[in-house]
Amino acid sequence: MSDHYLQPGLPKPVPTPDGLDAPYWQGLKENKLLIQRCSSCQRFQWGPEWLCHRCHSFELSFEEVQAEGLIYSQERIWHPVHPALKDQGPYIVVLVELPEADNVRIVGNLLGDPEQAIPFGNKVRGVFEHHDEEPAHTLLQWELA
Amino acid sequence: MSTERTLRGKVGIAGVAETTYYKRGEAPDAEFKLALEAIVKACASAGISPTEIDGFSSFSNDRSDASRLAAALGIKDLRLANMQWGGGGGGGSGAIANAAAAIATGQAECVCVFRALAQGQFGRFGQGPQRNTIGGDMAHTIPYGLMSPAQMFAMKVNRFMFEHDVDQHALRAISLASYHHAQNNPRAVMYGRPLDEEKYDHSRWIVEPFHLYDCCQENDGAAAMILVSADRLKDFDHPPCYLLGAVAGSHHRAGASVHNAPDYATSAFKPLAPRLYDMAQVSASDVDVLQSYENFTGGVLMSIVEHAFCEPSQCNEFFCLDNLVSDGGRLPLNTSGGNLAECYMHGLGLNIEAVRQVWGESTNQVKDAKVSMVISGPMVTPVSACIFGSEATV
Repeated sequence: MSDHYLQPGLPKPVPTPDGLDAPYWQGLKENKLLIQRCSSCQRFQWGPEWLCHRCHSFELSFEEVQAEGLIYSQERIWHPVHPALKDQGPYIVVLVELPEADNVRIVGNLLGDPEQAIPFGNKVRGVFEHHDEEPAHTLLQWELA
Repeated sequence: MSTERTLRGKVGIAGVAETTYYKRGEAPDAEFKLALEAIVKACASAGISPTEIDGFSSFSNDRSDASRLAAALGIKDLRLANMQWGGGGGGGSGAIANAAAAIATGQAECVCVFRALAQGQFGRFGQGPQRNTIGGDMAHTIPYGLMSPAQMFAMKVNRFMFEHDVDQHALRAISLASYHHAQNNPRAVMYGRPLDEEKYDHSRWIVEPFHLYDCCQENDGAAAMILVSADRLKDFDHPPCYLLGAVAGSHHRAGASVHNAPDYATSAFKPLAPRLYDMAQVSASDVDVLQSYENFTGGVLMSIVEHAFCEPSQCNEFFCLDNLVSDGGRLPLNTSGGNLAECYMHGLGLNIEAVRQVWGESTNQVKDAKVSMVISGPMVTPVSACIFGSEATV
């Protein structure tokens, strides 16, 4: 699957049975990044929770934000800890903060040369990576902007 | 009746012991048998019968159930069965705090703090889950190949090293110190397997900035400690070793999922360290010897900074092997070999080593060690820490 960053065979993400993060995963399938937002104090929070940690309102929704962020931290992984990655070689995971959503952070891979320099604070743009194999799902990857 | 709310000087250590420490999968015994062996040996170290134990305190969801232990050991009156929440080694000193609190408040008389771990019999910590789907917090990381503890914590350490311009050699010094001390400790799994700068530099990357030698071992074994009220310490053969302070906890939203703790590049000890020093009535400059949990060297570095032994901007100067050795170092560190080179017993071996330093029985004895500190489990949540002291400190 040349259009996927990592080799196939890792566990596939599914929404939690209680539905807490289901809108997020559905949004990704539709090329939308949806982040949880408090309907009372209007602040974003992540990961999803049943309660706003600031004002303790239970009224939370998922709102679309631009898939644009900054590299808050990063790492180049060499040692495979899962058989699916045995022949992967090095790969990059980035922690991206989303200025549009109160700087909440999400995790993804940085597309491109796995041995490239990874600049902290650099702008990155989201790339929706669709997976058709069951259960179908979408990952949000990143490229330098 | 005293109303002072402190553990300082109220509880002490009567005995400590561990089983033979093994590489993962090499223990000849079942995990529960290892637990029993360590507990019986710790009782022998204290000179008591195992039936005198009336409480158990452990952490990290230890599988050796307190009631089964009590039945196996023939304990007549079990008063405490306590588990500190949280995975990893963040609960090591927390389990001691809980045991001490029970003794200090009259809930128990003689509590065994223990940890038993057979990663051969059960699962390995350093492997990712092999299943078709994943839900919950891990669904947001594992599909991107972020799944092992080294990978989770390298993300924090990289940010810290970026913010404070820390060089790789600072991490290397922490690893060298553990291996250096292990060469004098026959209990250490890495006894007879020294490490030098060149070997470290040429070792493979696990995940940057961690080389192989920045990562803890995976081991089988068990460790146990016997805690009693301080007024009983004179009844035992060892020199008195008092608990001066013990704290556990987490900073604001430390457990926010998908790496969203607001203060991210931290060992998680910023709110705990002042509480610890306050209870123990010591400062960093009073600490004679430090055991600081190495899941990964970067966590040790941040722990030492957050306990005020070194400013963040001083890391590149402070972290050199000469500063960290038992024989004349500014801050003797991980003097048994620690999790990197003695054994990864989820850090309880560090607490045992800290007690041995106060007793004068370490294989890398720090001269006149009076104040002996343990930092348990950086970067997880909750974390914990404690300080032991000799008779001169109380």
